[in-house]
Amino acid sequence: MAKFKKKSNTSQDIPTAALPDIIFMLLFFFMVTTVLRESTILVKQSIPKATQLRKLEQKKLVSYLHVGKPNDPKKFGVEPKIQANDAFIDVDGVIQFIEEEKSKLAENEKDQITISLKVDDETKMGIIVDITEQMREVNARKLMYAASRGADD
Amino acid sequence: MARSGRKLPAVNSSSMADIAFLLLVFFLVTTTIATDKGLTLTLPPKPDPNQPPPDITKNQRNIFKILVNSSDRILVEDEPMERVDGLKEMVKEFVLNFGVMDAENQALYNTLPQSLRALSKRSEASSDNPVEAVVSFKADRGTSYDVYLAILDELQGAYYEIYAERVGITTEEFRNLDRKNPVEWEKYTISREGFPMNISIAEPTKIGGN
Repeated sequence: MAKFKKKSNTSQDIPTAALPDIIFMLLFFFMVTTVLRESTILVKQSIPKATQLRKLEQKKLVSYLHVGKPNDPKKFGVEPKIQANDAFIDVDGVIQFIEEEKSKLAENEKDQITISLKVDDETKMGIIVDITEQMREVNARKLMYAASRGADD
Repeated sequence: MARSGRKLPAVNSSSMADIAFLLLVFFLVTTTIATDKGLTLTLPPKPDPNQPPPDITKNQRNIFKILVNSSDRILVEDEPMERVDGLKEMVKEFVLNFGVMDAENQALYNTLPQSLRALSKRSEASSDNPVEAVVSFKADRGTSYDVYLAILDELQGAYYEIYAERVGITTEEFRNLDRKNPVEWEKYTISREGFPMNISIAEPTKIGGN
């Protein structure tokens, strides 16, 4: 046995000195990609699935409206509601919301504003139609129905 | 360097990895990688109150009608439909029908690849040409959002498939075409030439819902 045992000077340990660096790299990646939620979602959000999804090209032109049944039915009832930023708004408030969002954009981008509607899948079309009508009123005609990736395709 | 035998002071850094791991796990859990994806749509402009709505002089054969009522029942071209799965194929056949073959339509037809020409039935009862063909989609206020979205998905999918096949790419590649890149923009315009996406979403009826 001893005959075959080679004397080796190489260390048997795996050097772990670089491990913190690797972990830090991952850490920075997630820190950079993380978007801490600015507002808490107050409505139920189960986004329906679709197949023909397209990405939004410019994030800064996008404003979000959340539509769904309130998470707290005792306080806010069971009818679907519209949430903009941190508060509930009613249908007439959509115009004001869009105007506020538009004022944050540069002059030449104002008509490019895109409204991303995040609608719960148990919602009826009535409230959504009302929102799109309001959007047409203020000439915010770009709309996206948020959806997650469906099964086929 | 008299005291060369003395050891260098070192901070024990073996727990650095643990600390970093802890932070990593925190960010892993809190991260929601933004998924800004969905069905895009451009709304028609607000009707001008000073102008009367234009008279619609379209032939019935050029309109592909889809109606959904408040109990989510679907009527496609006056036929009830249980599932939305076959809708994409029907819309493709309708758009590519080429009922009237004049010189202009023939020229457009000749640009199509073989796979799309095969769908052309040249039926008298269906659309004249892709420019005339309009898909009309009317829902009710009581229609469920997911049914509405599923149908819209099928309609857009039909057009995207036609576009993608014309330039020989997959629909996914087509949807992800970067319109700021001149090469891809050219592809995008070529694929859509002569095939406007005529999806008309009518104002819904008010039988159900609120």
